[in-house]
Amino acid sequence: MTDMYTEKVMDHFRNPRNIGEIKDPDGFGKVGNPVCGDVMAIYIKVKNEKIADIKFKTYGCTAAIATSSVLTEMVKGKTIDEALKITRDDVANELGGLPAIKMHCSNLAADALREAIKDYKNKKKK
Amino acid sequence: MKRIYMDYAASTPVDKEVLKEMMPYFDKYYGNASSIHSFGREAFDAVEKARERVASLINANSEEIVFTSGGTESDNLGVKGVAFLNKNKIGSKGYNIITSAIEHPAVLETCKYLEKQGFNVKYLPVDKYGFVKPDDLEKAISKDTFLITIMFANNEIGTIEPMEEIGRIAKKHDVLFHTDGVQAVCKTPVDVNKLNIDLLSISSHKIYGPKGAGALFIRKGVKLQTLAHGGGHEKGFRSSTYNTPGIVGLGKACELGKARLKKDAEHLRSLRDNLIKKVLKIEESYLNGHPEKRLSNNAHFRFTAIEGESLNLMLDDKGVAAATGSACSSKKLQASHVLLAIGLNPAEAHGSLRLSLGRMSTKEDVEYAAGILPGIVQNLRKMSPLWNR
Repeated sequence: MTDMYTEKVMDHFRNPRNIGEIKDPDGFGKVGNPVCGDVMAIYIKVKNEKIADIKFKTYGCTAAIATSSVLTEMVKGKTIDEALKITRDDVANELGGLPAIKMHCSNLAADALREAIKDYKNKKKK
Repeated sequence: MKRIYMDYAASTPVDKEVLKEMMPYFDKYYGNASSIHSFGREAFDAVEKARERVASLINANSEEIVFTSGGTESDNLGVKGVAFLNKNKIGSKGYNIITSAIEHPAVLETCKYLEKQGFNVKYLPVDKYGFVKPDDLEKAISKDTFLITIMFANNEIGTIEPMEEIGRIAKKHDVLFHTDGVQAVCKTPVDVNKLNIDLLSISSHKIYGPKGAGALFIRKGVKLQTLAHGGGHEKGFRSSTYNTPGIVGLGKACELGKARLKKDAEHLRSLRDNLIKKVLKIEESYLNGHPEKRLSNNAHFRFTAIEGESLNLMLDDKGVAAATGSACSSKKLQASHVLLAIGLNPAEAHGSLRLSLGRMSTKEDVEYAAGILPGIVQNLRKMSPLWNR
């Protein structure tokens, strides 16, 4: 863990990947709270139990934006089961670490993805 | 890349004239100002000259100035120093100390500490502009009250408090009046006599002096418990070997600040008003604080649906250095207590931006910052799930 943002965090912050929304997503997840300063929304399209497409929208600090962005890269093309295994720590590690203070509040991307997958599974049951 | 500094409320560059005057006191006149020999006397004379200059800025007498390490120490000495001499008031029914909800942490945390020691502290609320209501103050005073500590001007939103009325009320009830003047001196006229101020904190690095130097004005006759015991410097108020270069720098900064007060204020006000006018053209952007009764160099905004740390780093990427009241940029992860106290909700407070100008700011700086801001705000809103316009 570091005190400052890593180069990779700054890269994802400056050039976020997969920003936006997906119309008619197969799964949608939103976590966080404006009171805390972080809200993340994740949209997924699933084909053959694999994440075919993923987009995000994030309100929050640099870490919140970077973790959302890097997560979308990490899970694109992965199976649902593989994606579900990704933890907050994995996301932080992928970025070369996050400042300790940001580990809990701003590292919500994995949670948002899990919500989106839950939504997908619920829709499938119907 | 072009870099533009718009965080003068956080710190300022040392003025070249200040630096020039400080330099010989590092290696040429290095004596201890308390020593009796010629080396010591050179340093002593410089310290006393600086004392006169600081006093002159606020219309005090030089024997009423005590040098410190900066604003935080001055606030601590002023507030705790008075409180520790009034320990007999611990446990009393009325308020012992009256302060405001929007003080700088140097005062706020000091008051919270004193509360833990048993003192009864009242934190006066403020209105939507950040003004303390003099009526509230007067109502809170009782025979148990020994200190009022209310800042001259707020460091975040720039609101200038009604000093004259507060001073009048303090005098009427015979209560000591301390004010954190760190942001106010050299930006707005400060006359401790006219305003009935008993204790006033000054920081050097906010007024183009060096870091690590400050002063506390202590009105003649006011008694304080020292916090730094030792060799008995500064009439026993604050022991520590004189930081001669720092003190010389603070003195020069005060002299320059006094001479340039009017010119600086006019320059800053014109830049500030232009900046505010331009930035408020952004959709759903708002000014925090009062449009007129604010520091000449302070512009404080908030933007719906974006977060201040991101905004700050994007500005930084484009070369503009600013500040925010967002929780994400604070070590405590809490939204600014000042913004919450003026009635903003946490989400509104997170989207705040402080641009503070200074003596070296130019019209071009303002044009540049105001020019890049709309694009950055738009960019962040495009990413934000809270923005659906």
